[in-house]
Amino acid sequence: MSFFTVDSISLQFGGLKAVDKVSFSVEKGEIFTIIGPNGAGKTSIFNLISRLYDPTSGKLFFEGRDITEVPAHQIAKLGIARTFQNIELFENATMLANLLVGRHCHATTQLWQEILFLPSVRRAEKEHRRKVEEVIEFLDLQAYREKLIAGLPYGVRKVVEVARALCSEPKLILLDEPSSGLNVEETDDMSFWIRDIRTELGVTVLMVEHDMTLVNRVSDRVLALNYGKVLASGTPAEVQAHPDVIAAYLGA
Amino acid sequence: MRFVFKTDYDQDIRLLKHSGYWWSYGVLLAALIAFPYLVGSYLQSQIVFVFIYAIVGVALIILTGFTGQASLGHAAFLAIGAYTAGFLQSQGISFIVYFPAAAIITGAVGAMVGFPALRLSGIYLVIATIAFAFIVEEILARWESVTHGNEGMRVRTLDFLGQPVPRDGDAFYFLCLLVLVGSILLALNLLRSPTGRAFIAIRDSETAAKSMGIDLAGYKVKSFAISAALTGMAGVLFAHKMSFISPEMFTLLLSIEFIMVIIIGGAFGVHGAVLGAIFIVMVDPFLTALKDDVPVLGASLASSLGMSSEGSGKLRDTMSAIGSAAGLKGAIYGLIIMMFILFEPYGLYGRWLKVKLFFQLFPLYKKATFKRQKTYVKSERNR
Repeated sequence: MSFFTVDSISLQFGGLKAVDKVSFSVEKGEIFTIIGPNGAGKTSIFNLISRLYDPTSGKLFFEGRDITEVPAHQIAKLGIARTFQNIELFENATMLANLLVGRHCHATTQLWQEILFLPSVRRAEKEHRRKVEEVIEFLDLQAYREKLIAGLPYGVRKVVEVARALCSEPKLILLDEPSSGLNVEETDDMSFWIRDIRTELGVTVLMVEHDMTLVNRVSDRVLALNYGKVLASGTPAEVQAHPDVIAAYLGA
Repeated sequence: MRFVFKTDYDQDIRLLKHSGYWWSYGVLLAALIAFPYLVGSYLQSQIVFVFIYAIVGVALIILTGFTGQASLGHAAFLAIGAYTAGFLQSQGISFIVYFPAAAIITGAVGAMVGFPALRLSGIYLVIATIAFAFIVEEILARWESVTHGNEGMRVRTLDFLGQPVPRDGDAFYFLCLLVLVGSILLALNLLRSPTGRAFIAIRDSETAAKSMGIDLAGYKVKSFAISAALTGMAGVLFAHKMSFISPEMFTLLLSIEFIMVIIIGGAFGVHGAVLGAIFIVMVDPFLTALKDDVPVLGASLASSLGMSSEGSGKLRDTMSAIGSAAGLKGAIYGLIIMMFILFEPYGLYGRWLKVKLFFQLFPLYKKATFKRQKTYVKSERNR
């Protein structure tokens, strides 16, 4: 069985089929990209995977385990982290606090221990901090540790979101439009980081992206969606040459 | 300006981050210990109320400031703490038992109130907590075998292991100070550990919090329980300080006063609870003084400006009539809240930080440093 499998999953809002019997599987160590025009159901699939939405039908398997019924807050602990298209950082906290929240799924201390701030809590905190510092170093965020997110520029926030997801030490990271709103240079950096996340950290990447330059540069495989249905899948070149994909983007 | 050179992660975890903290908090603590020997009994009693309000303020900051769950039901939690103390004491149970018992009982009730918070947010949650407060008020009035109903209940002098602790004595002052310092430490410890960060995460983005592995239900209930338990402890102290409790003391107006504590003090940091409590407790004697002095002052000012004695007498009477009008206190409170929300949403503590920064950066402080702006990037869709 594949590392991560989506098995004919559907999501219906009333009469609207946002996702219609979509199946695909991601292998370990792959960079897998979902493309498609606006409203194709890309982000809906992400929300299904991170269990923010309940699927109408279909199943999700991660490392051979059925995760269709796992509550949303336990997904991170299984090793799936995500970023958001519209940036969902904790605005009124420092970047460091944001990244430490990313470590939450590894928190082991009990409430009463935290209230007394026992030495075990201090030890755990330092361990979290060490892991967070590794991610800060990896994504070059040293300059922003004590800065409030509300005061950071958009491009930096985008990177902080990736950093927060990485802090949970995921096996699979879901990146929802990592390059949206970034300028050319920042997009370049992002494409290097996405590859580094895969090769250096060994994290499998599942990504939604519109920027085809970035898609071509980093993806191993691409899945094209339209109106919630799979149009084509394969290597970036194959998908872009597929007549249905061309029709969806340019009109028949 | 001070530059702290960091060489150790402990420096970010420590509560007293550098020698400046030791100095300022050391002086503050020394002043607080010396107070009872320096000030008169009236002022000392007011300071005890400041402590009690500040404990409730800390509780509300954990719930509203950190977790983002508004509550107008804290007067009810205070009442539950106070009545638990009154009832258990009348059963001959000792203080060291009923003090924690009140915290636990109030915390349990708080957890129950927390459950609707899983489905409600914003104004709807406020209404639910108001409803809860009315229910508690009604129960206190009706459950006469325990609460003596509307007649109220006498609370005997606090007895600490055979030692009486009279409500206007120094020992009671130090007890309240101890509980306040304890609850501040609790809040600060929470804030530097995973639970506190989870609270903040829930406040800022529930969707992201969920995806980061935070169990919204569990943490909201925890936040309510902790906040209620602290308020319950304040309730025990309140009962002993008042020495008489009755249902009409724990009304909506008291809950609003508690909310004012954190709005005026600033809800984003624990300092706000103390500053807000000082403001709220001290505004009452100040208003009383104004009520007596302003009409006389106004009249004498008018007569010195050439008004006839008849006219200035009329002016004095009108002003004192306004001053003693019913509901004036509520109106002034409303005005103060509005002013703070409009002009200083970060409260007194926010203002203090700005003043501090001004002197730290002098003469390089820029006027636009704290200019407020609105951002519209956050999505509300997945809420």
